[in-house]
Amino acid sequence: MVMALIQESFFLPPLDFSSSQTWKSCRCPACSCWITSFFPWFGLDIGGTLVKLVYFEPKDITAEEEEEEVENLKSIRKYLTSNVAYGSTGIRDVHLELKDLTLCGRKGNLHFIRFPTHDMPAFIQMGSEKHFSSLHTTLCATGGGAYKFEQDFLTMGDLELCKLDELDCLVKGVLYIDSVGFNGHSECYYFENPTDPERCQKLPFNLENPYPLLLVNIGSGVSILAAYSKDNYKRVTGTSLGGGTFFGLCCLLTGCSTFEEALEMASHGDSTKVDKLVRDIYGGDYERFGLPGWAVASSFGNMMSKEKRESVSKEDLARATLITITNNIGSIARMCALNENINRVVFVGNFLRINTISMRLLAYALDYWSKGQLKALFLEHEGYFGAVGALLGLLDSA
Amino acid sequence: MTCLIKGCNFVLRNIPHEVFAYQKDSDTEFRFQTNHPNIFPYLLVNIGSGVSIVKVESEDKFEWIGGSSIGGGTFWGLGALLTKTKKFDELLQLASKGQHTNVDMLVKDVYGGAYQTLGLSGNLIASSFGKSTTADKEFSKEDMAKSLLHMISNDIGQLACLHAKLHNLDKIYFGGFFIRGHPVTMRTITYSINFFSKGEVQALFLRHEGYLGAIGAFLKGAEQDNPNQYSWGENYAGSSGLMSTSPDVYPMQRTRSGTFDMLEMDRLERPLVNLPLLKDPSTYIPDTVDLTDDAMARKYWLTCFEEALDGVAKRAAASQPDSVDAQERAEKFRQKYWNKLQTLRQQPFAYGTLTVRSLLDTREHCLNEFNFPDPYSKVKQKENGIALKCFQSVIESLDSLGWEERQFALVKGLLAGNVFDWGAKAVSDVLESEPQFGFEEAKSKLQERPWLEDSYSQWLERLKEGPPHKCALIFADNSGIDIILGVFPFVRELLSRGTEVILACNSGPALNDVTYSESLIVTERIAAMDPVIHSALRDEKLLLVQTGSSSPCLDLSRLDQGLAVLVRERQTDLVVIEGMGRAIHTNYYAVLRCESLKLAVIKNSWLADRLGGKIFSVIFKYEVPCK
Repeated sequence: MVMALIQESFFLPPLDFSSSQTWKSCRCPACSCWITSFFPWFGLDIGGTLVKLVYFEPKDITAEEEEEEVENLKSIRKYLTSNVAYGSTGIRDVHLELKDLTLCGRKGNLHFIRFPTHDMPAFIQMGSEKHFSSLHTTLCATGGGAYKFEQDFLTMGDLELCKLDELDCLVKGVLYIDSVGFNGHSECYYFENPTDPERCQKLPFNLENPYPLLLVNIGSGVSILAAYSKDNYKRVTGTSLGGGTFFGLCCLLTGCSTFEEALEMASHGDSTKVDKLVRDIYGGDYERFGLPGWAVASSFGNMMSKEKRESVSKEDLARATLITITNNIGSIARMCALNENINRVVFVGNFLRINTISMRLLAYALDYWSKGQLKALFLEHEGYFGAVGALLGLLDSA
Repeated sequence: MTCLIKGCNFVLRNIPHEVFAYQKDSDTEFRFQTNHPNIFPYLLVNIGSGVSIVKVESEDKFEWIGGSSIGGGTFWGLGALLTKTKKFDELLQLASKGQHTNVDMLVKDVYGGAYQTLGLSGNLIASSFGKSTTADKEFSKEDMAKSLLHMISNDIGQLACLHAKLHNLDKIYFGGFFIRGHPVTMRTITYSINFFSKGEVQALFLRHEGYLGAIGAFLKGAEQDNPNQYSWGENYAGSSGLMSTSPDVYPMQRTRSGTFDMLEMDRLERPLVNLPLLKDPSTYIPDTVDLTDDAMARKYWLTCFEEALDGVAKRAAASQPDSVDAQERAEKFRQKYWNKLQTLRQQPFAYGTLTVRSLLDTREHCLNEFNFPDPYSKVKQKENGIALKCFQSVIESLDSLGWEERQFALVKGLLAGNVFDWGAKAVSDVLESEPQFGFEEAKSKLQERPWLEDSYSQWLERLKEGPPHKCALIFADNSGIDIILGVFPFVRELLSRGTEVILACNSGPALNDVTYSESLIVTERIAAMDPVIHSALRDEKLLLVQTGSSSPCLDLSRLDQGLAVLVRERQTDLVVIEGMGRAIHTNYYAVLRCESLKLAVIKNSWLADRLGGKIFSVIFKYEVPCK
C-alpha cells in the first residue's frame, strides 16, 4: 500500500497569515483542539474495516492564490484529483464526485476516497514524511479509528486530530448531501415494486422533509439511529451482524479475499440450497402463521445434513451468507421502526456498495413484512456520510 | 404449536418452580421463580432450527408475532461448515472452550484503548467474524464456534427484546433444542437479554421445556375430560431431576440431553386455589428457607432426612404386618429415597428450589410409590383412642380454671399437643422409647415464657378487649393428642365465644398428620361427649374441610377450592396455623390480610439453634395486619 498523498518533499517556508486563504482559528467544542481550516479541506471517517476520506478541491483559486499556494498543498491537490487509485488499495470513487459545490463561500468539487483501515499506519507515515503538519490545517476525523489512531497521528505525523462524534457526523453528512443533491440528480432513491422482480425499478425519492427517519448504517457492524429533527436524534440499537460478518464468514467459507470477490460469488449462487425454507418443512406456505413457503425458516439449516454440505458450491454459500445477514438487518430495522413509530428507513454504509442484491432484498423485506407500511430508502453516497460530516465539522467550527 | 402452548400454560400453572433464570457465576446456577397466579401474557421464544416468537395472551389466545431464520439450524449448519464438526453437542463443546475475541471485531479493536472515554464497553462485539476478513489466517474451531454461538444468541436475544418491547411484555420464556438444558446457550441468551433490555427483562427457562408439546397433546386428547377442572402436582418420586449443568462432572448425563428424563404428574381430584386471605399471592413463597441457596442448612437437612430414613422404612414395613412383601417394598422405598437425597446433594436444583417441604413431599411420594400410602394409620388410630379417653378430664380441668388462666392453659395445650409429632426425629425417638410419655409431661417439657417468639400478651389482650372473631380457620397438624387434647379444647373455647370455626385437615395421609376423613370420625366421637361441639356441628358453626394437600407442609397458594369458598362465605378473620411443617418451614413469613396465629414447638435442635433457642423452644407468633 502506498497512500502517496504527497509526492515531493521539501521544507516549507513559514505561512503568510496575510494571505486571502487565512481562516480564523477556534477551539473545537467537542475535543477542544485548535481548529484551523486552511486548505486542504479533508474529512476522515476511520471505521473498523475502511477509511473514508472526502476531499474538497477548490476550483475558484485566483491567480494570486495560485501563486501563493505552497508547493506541498498544490501537489496534494494535483495528486488526489489526477489519480483514481492510490497505491494498491486506495480508490477514488469517481462516479460519486460532486461537482461545482459551494462550500463556505468557495466553489469546488468534492472527492470521495477509501482505503482499508489496516493501511492507516502507512497513511500516517506518509503524511509525516511529507510534512503534512506544516500545512497548519486541522484534520477532522470521526469513527472509532479517530480514537485508535489519535496517538499515532500525534507522534508519527505531528498532527493533532479533531475527533468528532460519529453519529453527529453521520446525520450531518446525510442531510447535507441530500440537500445539495447528486450533480442535479436526487441523492435519495427507492425501489418501486420491490416485491416484483420484473417490475422492480430504482426511482428518485424526495427527502425534503426527512423527519422522522430511521437511519441504518451498515459498516462492519450496524448502527441504527432515529432522527426526529436536525438536532434531536439518538442511537436506537446496533447489531454485530454487519458487513464485516458477511465478508468474514465468506472468507472462512469460500476462501475469497476481497469484498468485491465475495459479492461476485454471491451473485452467482443459490441460497435456497443452503437455507431451509418454510416450504422445505411444511411443503408449502405455513398458513397458521401466515408464512410464505419461500421464506427462510432456518439460515444454513440445510447444512445440518452431510450430503447437502457436500453438494453446495462456494457461490451458494456466499449467497446464503449475504441473504442471512441482509434479512437479519432488515428484520431488526423493521422492529426498530415499529418501536420508534417511524415508517421511513434509510440504509447507508459501505456494505451496500455495489450490492444491489442486498438493497433489493431490504426493500422487498421491509415492504413485504410490514404489508407496505415501511419504505426502504437508499443514498448514492452509501458509506461516505461520516466523512462528509467530519469535513462539515471542520468548516462549521471555523 | 397449539399443543406447545397448551403444554406451556399447563406447566406454568401446575408445576411449582417450573420457571428458572440462569445465573452463570453464582453458587446456584438456577434461580427458580415462584408460580405467579397470573401467567399471562408472556412471550414464548422457541429456538429450533429457526426461531418462532409467540405471544400468549390467554389459555386459547396466542399469536405468532415474529421469527428469525438465524437459530439452532444456523448454529449447527454454519458451525458444521466452519469447523467440520458434525454433531450439535460437539459444536457446543467446542464453543465452550473457544475465545470469540480472536474472531470477532470488538469495540476496542475499532477504538483502540480509548473506548473508556465513550462509556462503551470495549468488549462489546462491533462486528461478528469481523477479524476473519482475511484469507491468509487460520482460526481455531473452538474460537469460530464460540463466535458463532455469541452471534446467534445475541441476535435472538435482541429480536426477542424488540418484540417484547413492541408488545409491552416482560416475561420471555425460551425453549427449543437450542436451549434444552444446554448451559452454554442459556448463558449466552441470558447475557443477551440482559444487555439488550438493559436489565429490564429476564430470560426465563422452563424445567420441562422439552415436554411442552407432549403434555399439550396429552391434554388435548383428554379434553373431553376437561383437565382444567383438576389441579396437578409434580410427583417427585416418578420425575427425574433437572440434569447438571457441569458437563465435566456428569459426562453421562450430558449426552442424554433431556431425552430420557421423566416427568410424572399426579392429578388431584379438585382444583387448587390461593387462600383468599393471602395479602399478596404473587409474592407469597411457601418456604421459609431456600436450601438451594443456604448450603449449611442444605447439608444439615439432607443428613437429617438420611438419618431418619431407616426408621421411616422400618415403620412402613411394620405398618403392613400382613403383607408378605412389605419388607421388600420398604427396602425399595429406602433405596429410592436415598438415591433422591444423593441426587439432591449433588444437584440441589434438580426439582426446583430445594426446601424442607420438597424433601418431605418427596418422601411421601416415594412411600406412595411403593404402596405405603399411610404407614402411620395404626399409630394414629391407637393414639386417637388414648387421647379420646382423656378428652373429658382435660375439658373438666380447663373449665375449672378462671378465664385468664384458661386461655393460657389452652395455648399450652395446643403447644404440648404439638410435641407429639412422629415427623420430627427427636420426638419419634422419645415416643418409641417412652410410650407413656404423657400429655402432662409434654407440657412440663415446654419452654417457660418468655418464649422464643412470644406475642402471647397481645393475643390475650385481643381476646380480652376485642370483639369475638367472626370465623377462625384452623390448619390442624397431628392426629391423637395434638388434635384431640390440643386443638379441640381451643376450638371449643372459640365456639363458646361465638366464633365459627373451619377446621382444615389434609385430604390424604402424610406422616401422622390428621386427615380429613379421620377428622370426621374424631369429631363425631367428641360431639357424642361434648354438647358444645355437638350443637356447633349441628348448627354448622363448626365446619370440617379438606385442604387439598397430602403434604406435612402447607402451601397456602394451593388449597382446595371448597375451603377457599367457605373462607370467603364465613368472612374468616382469624387463621391459626400449628406445627413445624406448616407454621415454621413453610409459612413463618406468610403475610395475611387478617389476624393470624402461628404456633409450634421446635423439635429439632439444629433449627432451634438457628433461631437462637433450644430444643422444645416455643414459637407463638400472633400477627395483626397493618392498617
